[in-house]
Amino acid sequence: MTETGGADADQTDALVAALHQAHAAQEPLYIEGGGSKRDLLGRNCTAHTLDVSRHRGILDYQPGELVITARAGTPVVELQATLAEQGQMLPSEPPGFGGRATLGGTLATNMSGPARPWRGATRDSTLGVTLINGRGELLNFGGRVMKNVAGYDVSRLQAGALGTLGILCEITLRVVPVPEHSATLMYELPAAQAHARMLEVAAQAAPLSGACWFDGRLYLRLSGAASAVRGTASRWGGELQRDTAAPWASLNEMSHPFFAGDAPLWRLSVNSAAPLDAAESMLIDWGGAQRWLRGDEDADQPRARAGAAGGHACLFRGGDRSTEVRAPLGAPQQHVQQALKRAFDPHGLLNPGRLYSWL
Amino acid sequence: MNSANTPTAQQHGALRAALRQCLGDENLIEDTESQQPFECDALTTYCELPLLVALPATTAQVQAVLRLCHASDVPVVPRGAGTGLCAGAMPHPEGVLLCLSKLDRVLEVNARGRYARVQPGVANQAITRAAQAHGLHYAPDPSSQIACSIGGNVAANSGGVHCLKYGLTVHNLLAMTVLTAEGEELHLGSLGLDSPGYDLMALLTGSEGLLGVVVEITVRLLPTPPHARVLLAGFSNVQAAGDAVGAIIASGITPAGLEMMDSLAIRAAEDFCNAGYPREAEAMLLCEVDGTAEEVEQHIGELTELLAGAGADSLQVSRDEAERALLWKGRKSAFPAVGRLAPDYYCMDGTIPRGQISRVLGEISALSAQYGLPVANVFHAGDGNLHPLILFDAGDPEALRKAEEFGGRILELSVAAGGCITGEHGVGVEKLRKMPTQFSTAELVQLEDIKHAFDPGLNLNPGKGIPILKRCQEYRALPARHGHD
Repeated sequence: MTETGGADADQTDALVAALHQAHAAQEPLYIEGGGSKRDLLGRNCTAHTLDVSRHRGILDYQPGELVITARAGTPVVELQATLAEQGQMLPSEPPGFGGRATLGGTLATNMSGPARPWRGATRDSTLGVTLINGRGELLNFGGRVMKNVAGYDVSRLQAGALGTLGILCEITLRVVPVPEHSATLMYELPAAQAHARMLEVAAQAAPLSGACWFDGRLYLRLSGAASAVRGTASRWGGELQRDTAAPWASLNEMSHPFFAGDAPLWRLSVNSAAPLDAAESMLIDWGGAQRWLRGDEDADQPRARAGAAGGHACLFRGGDRSTEVRAPLGAPQQHVQQALKRAFDPHGLLNPGRLYSWL
Repeated sequence: MNSANTPTAQQHGALRAALRQCLGDENLIEDTESQQPFECDALTTYCELPLLVALPATTAQVQAVLRLCHASDVPVVPRGAGTGLCAGAMPHPEGVLLCLSKLDRVLEVNARGRYARVQPGVANQAITRAAQAHGLHYAPDPSSQIACSIGGNVAANSGGVHCLKYGLTVHNLLAMTVLTAEGEELHLGSLGLDSPGYDLMALLTGSEGLLGVVVEITVRLLPTPPHARVLLAGFSNVQAAGDAVGAIIASGITPAGLEMMDSLAIRAAEDFCNAGYPREAEAMLLCEVDGTAEEVEQHIGELTELLAGAGADSLQVSRDEAERALLWKGRKSAFPAVGRLAPDYYCMDGTIPRGQISRVLGEISALSAQYGLPVANVFHAGDGNLHPLILFDAGDPEALRKAEEFGGRILELSVAAGGCITGEHGVGVEKLRKMPTQFSTAELVQLEDIKHAFDPGLNLNPGKGIPILKRCQEYRALPARHGHD
């Protein structure tokens, strides 16, 4: 039992039945787990809600293999608690969002925490999925081993697809040992200097596992062998933070005041080395590769800036969510993405329009 | 009717002329004799001569070849350096072999952004060579890294000795430019850490040239660890070595590499290059740790204790870079070393949960006795990626048949142990018949549907990777040349 309550249950048959029913009635589905990301990342989706949160429970966890399999509705915090008992963790440190975030939603949105540049995204630790495609077929791809190149990588394709290619049922992830030691260092620095320092430390072979800047402060996190963390911390200086986790949690769980309020929230995913735009008030994470903006600006502006910085912008929350919230794609890629959608969901039953209006 | 006047021959003649015009004579190989070096990849038991070999020197030429072949409905088989091990680059008798080896330029090394932009024909190791002046390197390092191309690495999602800690090819890419079967250009990924829309880059990586032709790749570069040491542990039984692998993985230390060799492989490697391996051992582990000086010393201490406790009879830690290089030389030359023991060897690639290593090696050993064919094991133990090398004589058709059957049994064992039929070498032609061991019919149809989304004409590398099922072939009325059964 966790904060969200509910017992472990296998709802696979019910989910397959719901898909067939949706097909028969020609009524598309909006797939929802804990609802923690309803207002994030995607466009508004008016389809009939399919609640998958009851399909939950850890199915297999062998600490010695560093692999865990769970149903998609399993809350992330439940996974994290189970792993922590064995001194292990999810490498991508996805947010728990007060216990509401589920494993399925985490993969569908590819949500990943502060160590993303160093330990990879949720996408990167995904080893296998079982999903129900738009024809109501229960399919299994990938597996429980570290390397698997038989067939296309359908598992990682689900990362960021916002559930438009299938109802995720079971997910297998690689996990990692909790680092022996962690430390957070703080430096009072303006944005540009903080950014320069981020790039400088990221170019060193050091146990770096986080680099962010907000409120005029640069935070660096070190994780790994105790000797390496202590040695690096003493070389790098800075103010050792008593609470190692707090700054990272406030970003990851979006509890920092920067994220409060209704003003549109833009996420820029860019080349970490791209220069900062002096005019903007922002929050910098992922060693410079993820930048957050607030404000009611014209959508073209963040998009143009992100494009110039080698990346792309997403209207992460707020603003007009009936129009496109993701960066536009060129015609050839749009064509392929639509064909791929049809390959999984020929009748357009799964989260139609959630990712793009044309998908 | 004279064969030169058949409609197909006329079409082929027109295609030849068009390709000659766009590539020039020097970039098109038409005669059988000059085509011989291209008849197979590194799995030499599968050979075929193509209609034509195209060696474009520019992306525009690659695009032109694809457009011409698309217009003529002619199969295209992409090829990198030809070091693949699953006949993934075996030519199609009625198709064009599209060799990307002339696209071999490192276009940009960006030290500040820690990435390199390269053409697909660049050798894996050449990327690190171009980056090392900046203290950076490209992490995935397949054993063939001197020769294998980055384009081929993308097609295979190659691993290597260090992927245990640094990930596979799919984890080390930022962006790529891909041409579809129709010659359309797709720009996937970005210089950020993700991309909008579907993650087509994840799908393309490891797709064996079935979904598109990669013409430019942006790879992530990592800081080169200042220190690395390798630990060699000899064991008097395979079981103890296999169990030690599980113990290391569970210990909380992530080695940069963790490799295992059995007695046949140890002695062959030792005869080959005198690396100082324990000849009398039944199995040995090579375990490398890297990072800061403090971290390396701490982990070497912990691992020495762990391995001694796990029953290692001999332990040796590299004292300097020369010794480290020598210890790895034995491992990296193990395939050719084993190759000297018999006229031919057949390398399998099943991957299993790491806790199953001892049991599965035991079963492989029993099968080896049953088939009367020796097996040497040299593999990525830390990933559970087995490489049993079955020794046989391809000149003896019965031995070849037995070796293939034995190999098939090993793959079935791997799937039954909770693993897969291929960890890094790919399916190609070789493992096509084993795909139903791992996938249901509905899953295979889904994979086919993905293929159709990218390549509706089924002209890119047909007959590889994904079995086209008879049922669907009839359903979709595909031309017979794309089928297998």
